[in-house]
Amino acid sequence: MSFEQILFYVFAAILVFSASMVISVRNSVHAILFLVLAFFTSAALWLMLEAEFLAITLVLVYVGAVMVLFLFVVMMLDIKTATMREGFARYLPVGIIVALLTVAVMALAVGQRHFGLEQMPAPIPHGADYSNTRELGLLLYTTYVYPFEIAAVILLVAIVAAIALTLRQRGSSKSQNVPDQVAVRRNDRVRLVQMDAEKRK
Amino acid sequence: MSFTMPDFMPALPEMFLLGMTCFILLLDLFLSERSRIVTYLLAQSTLLGALLLTVGLYEEGRALTFSDTFVIDPMGSVLKVFIYLATFLVFLYAKDYLRARNMFKGEFYILGLFGVLGMNVLVSAHSLLTIYLGLELLSLSMYAMVALQRDSLQASEAAMKYFVLGAMASALLLYGMSMLYGVTGSLDLGQINNSTAAMDGNSMVLAFALVFMVIGVAFKLGAVPFHMWLPDVYHGAPTAATLYLSSAPKLAAFAMMMRLLVDGMAGLQEQWEGMLILLAVLSLALGNVIAIAQTNLKRMLAYSAISHVGFLLLGVLSGTQAGYAAAMFYAIAYVIMGLGGFGMIVLMSRAGFEADNIEDFKGLNERSPWFALMMLILMFSMAGVPPFLGFWSKLAVIQAAIGVELVWLAAVAVVFSVIGAFYYLRVVKVMYFDKAEAGMPAISASLDLRVVLSTNSLAVLGLGLFPGGLLALCLAALA
Repeated sequence: MSFEQILFYVFAAILVFSASMVISVRNSVHAILFLVLAFFTSAALWLMLEAEFLAITLVLVYVGAVMVLFLFVVMMLDIKTATMREGFARYLPVGIIVALLTVAVMALAVGQRHFGLEQMPAPIPHGADYSNTRELGLLLYTTYVYPFEIAAVILLVAIVAAIALTLRQRGSSKSQNVPDQVAVRRNDRVRLVQMDAEKRK
Repeated sequence: MSFTMPDFMPALPEMFLLGMTCFILLLDLFLSERSRIVTYLLAQSTLLGALLLTVGLYEEGRALTFSDTFVIDPMGSVLKVFIYLATFLVFLYAKDYLRARNMFKGEFYILGLFGVLGMNVLVSAHSLLTIYLGLELLSLSMYAMVALQRDSLQASEAAMKYFVLGAMASALLLYGMSMLYGVTGSLDLGQINNSTAAMDGNSMVLAFALVFMVIGVAFKLGAVPFHMWLPDVYHGAPTAATLYLSSAPKLAAFAMMMRLLVDGMAGLQEQWEGMLILLAVLSLALGNVIAIAQTNLKRMLAYSAISHVGFLLLGVLSGTQAGYAAAMFYAIAYVIMGLGGFGMIVLMSRAGFEADNIEDFKGLNERSPWFALMMLILMFSMAGVPPFLGFWSKLAVIQAAIGVELVWLAAVAVVFSVIGAFYYLRVVKVMYFDKAEAGMPAISASLDLRVVLSTNSLAVLGLGLFPGGLLALCLAALA
């Protein structure tokens, strides 16, 4: 076994382990941290496939931004694990049967027989001067410009939808109006009243 | 690397749609609540403009552009025209409904237009990548439209269910696509078709990929056993959103099935035929039988949509040009009828009253004989009574099934359509033979809604009397 293969199996094992932990741990903060681990290991797998740009993007975008937001949200929510686990035991047998069947079929279809080195020869490694990012950029803005634009529109729709579903304009917003505060005069705030002295009763 | 500028002309309607939608999105910010009608008018004129562009670009034969990720062919153009028309009607029907519920906001129209763009991308897709992106663009807009009535618990629940199940279906579809890409080494549907035809049809991985893709398509169409979302979403969503979901996206889902199975995997026809037969029989049986038990009209129409999908699949699974044309005819006919059916619910509803129970149609004949007649036409047509449009579309798909010697399947379809006739006729019975409850106000919908809805229903009758034109159009589109 070459060093690369050992590395692959180590990362793959960690990936499968952390992915199964994500759905099985009790504490949702732990689940997110395991998800971060899963992202890191898949980024490592991509690095080994010479997809450096994608690997770094995965770490920067998902681990750096998305997961941090996730952590924020999860920490603010009051999730009752007990109610979420209701019916877990009831659905477990069906779930296990479906999962086992899927794994069996996948083992038949995805394996040495169809995706072995004879059918899919390993790509020739590129030299040190090869830039993955440059190649991606060239393809993205030429051959794949149409899908790229559609992806951009999807993001726009996501923004529109998110704002439409969450924005609530409140009429009585209590914000400060600085110019008004600066321009205020004594007469606007204090009224001097002339009155006779009264005797305390 | 060499690169030639793609030909932008075939995608002109899409670019126009996108440009106008972004313009409306910006303009809507500066409109006051009272001048919101401008957004509506602009959205409608955008659809009409795109329609004119699509008709203007219509050509026999097919052309590819954008590095073969985009295809323009007669089938796509015809479907796009009907998508614009259906969405035009949806926007028109929904106007009063939205206004009465304080939902008359720009977002409904903007999301609707983005959805149309997604449908266009899907219809014109010639690559797994564009199929997926078009589907996501459409689905994302639809999820948001269902959730737009955010203070309604029912609508939020429907949106949540739709979103979670839809995301799962997308994941299954993507998994199938990744397998297909793994075996064929290409995302281009033309190349995939060549390599799957060259491979022996029994390849394990191909079958594996095919199963996942068929599941993805079946989910989007709402075929049994991937239909669970459909009644809940149709019922829970505001009727304006249900109108949208039940109309144009069906045409897009049909196009997606044609692109994936016929354009991409024609060589595997024997395999997907069996899968589609299973889906068709289950959809026909379950849709028609469960619809009988419904008291809510929206739910009933949802189950009826499931059974209509069964009929549509009959045409596709026959694997002949005539069968595809019949399925396309069926899809278009269903959209016209479905728009009318949900349109009637919108017509009957008013502020604070949904009119989505079958009981709400009690004695409609006394209150408004004209609209009772319109509903009668729609229900008869959906049941497949001659001479209405629904009869011809059912006849066409059943003929297609008999054409490939699936007589037993045709018999099953006929039996279930007879069973299905019961619940459509029950609506007619309620309208004509039950007494109206006292205190039901007269129909107070605006003039444009009444006129267009009447035209919609009369079109079902008219196209039923002269079905040749639409059928010839579908045949020509798939020739």
